[in-house]
Amino acid sequence: MRRLRLRIPKHWVSPLGVIGAAIALAWVVIAFTAPLYLPHDPLAQGLPRLQAPGIDTLMGTDALGRDVFSRLLSGARVTVPVALLLVAVSMLFGTIVGAVSGFFGKWVDEGLMRLTDLVMAFPTVILAMVVAASLGPSLWNAAIAAIIVSWPQYARMTRSLVLSLRTQNYVIAGRLLGYSPAKSLISDIAPNIVGPILVLATLDIGTAILLLSGLSFLGLGAQPPTAEWGSMISASLQNFDSWWIGVFPGLAILTVVMAFNFIGDSLRDIFDPTSALSKTGVSS
Amino acid sequence: MAKSINAPRRYSVKSPLIGYLLRRFVTSILLLIGVTIVTFTLTNLVPGNPVAAALGEGAASNPDTVAAYVEKYGLDKPLPMQYLTYVGNLLQGDMGTSLHTRQPVADDLVKAVPATVEVALASIVVSLAVGTALGAVAAYRRGRLSDQLVRVLSLIGLSIPTFWMALTAFNIFFLQLGIAPGSGRLSPIYAPPPSVTGLYTVDTLLAGQWESFVDVMAHLMLPVFVLSLFTIGLLTRFVRTSVLEVLDADYVRAGRAKGLGGSRMLFGYVLRGASLPILTIVGIAFGSLLSGTVLVEAVFAWPGLGTYAYLSATSLDLPGIMGVGLVVGVIYLGINFIVDMLYGVLDPRARLA
Repeated sequence: MRRLRLRIPKHWVSPLGVIGAAIALAWVVIAFTAPLYLPHDPLAQGLPRLQAPGIDTLMGTDALGRDVFSRLLSGARVTVPVALLLVAVSMLFGTIVGAVSGFFGKWVDEGLMRLTDLVMAFPTVILAMVVAASLGPSLWNAAIAAIIVSWPQYARMTRSLVLSLRTQNYVIAGRLLGYSPAKSLISDIAPNIVGPILVLATLDIGTAILLLSGLSFLGLGAQPPTAEWGSMISASLQNFDSWWIGVFPGLAILTVVMAFNFIGDSLRDIFDPTSALSKTGVSS
Repeated sequence: MAKSINAPRRYSVKSPLIGYLLRRFVTSILLLIGVTIVTFTLTNLVPGNPVAAALGEGAASNPDTVAAYVEKYGLDKPLPMQYLTYVGNLLQGDMGTSLHTRQPVADDLVKAVPATVEVALASIVVSLAVGTALGAVAAYRRGRLSDQLVRVLSLIGLSIPTFWMALTAFNIFFLQLGIAPGSGRLSPIYAPPPSVTGLYTVDTLLAGQWESFVDVMAHLMLPVFVLSLFTIGLLTRFVRTSVLEVLDADYVRAGRAKGLGGSRMLFGYVLRGASLPILTIVGIAFGSLLSGTVLVEAVFAWPGLGTYAYLSATSLDLPGIMGVGLVVGVIYLGINFIVDMLYGVLDPRARLA
């Protein structure tokens, strides 16, 4: 398959993307290896309560005498993998729905698109909150709620890409050569959809992390005593004076979301040169 | 207006604008019905005992209360009948009883809506001003340092967890520095203004209460700042893109060739041409603001839909949560309808789509 050969031209490498990739990689490594070097048990309550950051407890302790630094590191094991998983699921589901909708058209298209309209009729956090609340508070239910609100964007984008590609001359040429609809979809249309969908998914990882931690902040996501960033921040509502309980988990969320946004935005430059800060100075 | 003899009949008989507005209106009504179907389905989806979820554990242990509830909502009838009962109740303003305030949800929400509308409107105005300025600067100076800087800043704005930013801002500006009022819409020393619009900024001005007005503005500062960060990031990116497209348009070149420059060029040509895509994104920005209020208002004890949603969610008050979902869904539909109407009025091409 000559078409799919990978090469990395120089202008693909942007400082923003590299910084984002480095931070994201660091968090993924932490998520995998944290148990090896946690200074304290993230769930143990043996330490003095509400202690300010110091040498033994780098980020202080919370109201139950737990080490905030250890909870922060082990929090990466909760939010990051769940967010990656849920984005993968919504991407897969949304892309299939969109491809089916765009390719078959007619009532299939009409029905599926009205379904996306319905989901998009609500602001995302509101719908996710309503769904998570009715399913019952748990991290997995919050993830299901996040999938329900995020798949339509993939379906919409895939559908519009399929629709515009279907009438391209090279796709018609393929069909005239005797390609079946499936063959045409996979070998002619799919390669041109991958890029934009990947950009959307990368940016969506950040959104998913914000949504998951937001639901946990509302008490609808990860349940105590799980060390999860959003619920750690909501615990700090009761202890305003102990700023360290909430500030550090917030910085964790901020850096990891920022990292994926940096990567996604740089990917957009690569896959869609017209929308970007193109160095050639030629715009669409 | 004299009709041209040559005008095609179909255009002179029916205005495409009216047709467009009617189509958008019907779509909105259908979506409105869809929204009620979603909340109805979710209410019935509750695992375990939906009656207990709606009444609370205490009331659900009383068989008479349960029987009355089942009777009132027709829970012994088939689902389509239950849905009709549900919609009938909604139309009469009955959204059930909140478990955490013990008041009818509809009454609670009516009190909460103006506070949220006020903070959302203020945030959208701030975001539009700052976002348009930053986006225009980035587009004018494409590829330069200021463009890169705006890009990084807007990406960071999109990455901030708003509930954390709310706590941090509260901590710094209220607890540490004491330069902003911490909670509520108005200091206790002032009486709330006579309610005309429900928006304290407008009502205090109407009543001529200058000191209250200043106090209201001060209370708006922190919530608006926190809520605007995300939408500023969002708007900046879109303004930049749409201004870039306009900058290359022939009419802008023509303006330049005529020797126009400065503000005349910026406001009369560039921003005017870029305003339609910006209008679309304002609708989306409103959605993210309404989402944001749920995570931000509680920190500032802002007595709006967000605080109500927060208290409902943390106490698992299902009728309260569903009420917020429904009301916010309806508000969002209304905003998108207004955006669509403006679009149809401003851009004749949209009417034919």
